Amino acid sequence: MARALITVPASARHGEIIEIKAIVGHPMEPGFRRTQLGTLIPRDIVTQFACTYNGVEVFSADLYPAISANPYLAFFTVATESGTLVFNWIGDNGFSVTESAAIAVT
Amino acid sequence: MSASGDRRAAVLALFLAAMLSAIPISAGEIPLALRRSGYDFMSRETRAMQDDDSVNPAMLWVKDGEALWNARAGSADRACSDCHGDARQSMKGVAARYPAYDPAKRRPVNLAQRINICRSERQHAPALAYESANLLALAAYLGLQSRGLPIAVAIDERTRPFLEAGREIFNRRQGQLNLSCAQCHDEHWDKKLAGNPITQADPGGYPLYRLEWQGLGSLERRLRNCLSGTRTQAYAYGSPEFVDLELFLMWRWRGMKVETPAVRP
Repeated sequence: MARALITVPASARHGEIIEIKAIVGHPMEPGFRRTQLGTLIPRDIVTQFACTYNGVEVFSADLYPAISANPYLAFFTVATESGTLVFNWIGDNGFSVTESAAIAVT
Repeated sequence: MSASGDRRAAVLALFLAAMLSAIPISAGEIPLALRRSGYDFMSRETRAMQDDDSVNPAMLWVKDGEALWNARAGSADRACSDCHGDARQSMKGVAARYPAYDPAKRRPVNLAQRINICRSERQHAPALAYESANLLALAAYLGLQSRGLPIAVAIDERTRPFLEAGREIFNRRQGQLNLSCAQCHDEHWDKKLAGNPITQADPGGYPLYRLEWQGLGSLERRLRNCLSGTRTQAYAYGSPEFVDLELFLMWRWRGMKVETPAVRP
């Protein structure tokens, strides 16, 4: 499965409020389920998400076991300058995904 | 006109009537005008997931499918794109025609089987397992190229026996609950089962992202759900029974639009 899907407007006017959408491919195994033989399936979730805009954190979130697979987050920020948005997900078992998207601000 | 001419005309009319009734319409079948996609039964929120590719998690698999389409595989060291070019042009409408007749196998094959035939015969690569992430990804990527196009499986003298076999499975009572597909999906699609809409057995959006699965799955996986729900011994993935049933479901859904990759609850 692809690691992540990011939706960022390619361009925006200075001061415009832009919506950013991010999905990461992850099973989000909650750690409470058991197999047919009764053994506990260990927890395997994404625990943290952060988005930086030219190095400045504009949004972050903590994720918990009750969140469904392939977690989707949408948030808003103000387009201040042209540059790069970097998205980072961190989770159990060393899970780490980083994606980036460019934005041109006029 | 002579008496013998009249008789000849009558015989011709009978012959034509027999031709036209070669695809019989059973009493319980849903009239074409009353067909409704599973999408119409969904909540506003679930529809929104399908409507917007940027929030449809199935697009994770589609993105993978695109990479696989362009990746070399097997001892032939060839990618799908080396023969077929850009899928956005060459694969437009293809998924809407599957299952399709394969002369070598002398029976219809579904899209997943077609992908694996290409893999083994053209790429000399091992077949992808049914329901594996890569096979679903390729099928979803191909399905997307037909999104919005009408379903049109080819029914001719070669495929008709398989269509009829599929229809027979659809109408056959089976399992411990002694239910046929038709009893729910032709006769009671406007009602509910345990609070959920029954729907019309819409095959047009597969592989699709099902919230219950928390992932992408094929039509056969969905059919296995239905079979276990009626406490029926499910057919194996890729079995002739499943492909016949798939052919019948797609024929039954003719003219309806491909929705791949759809989202369902």
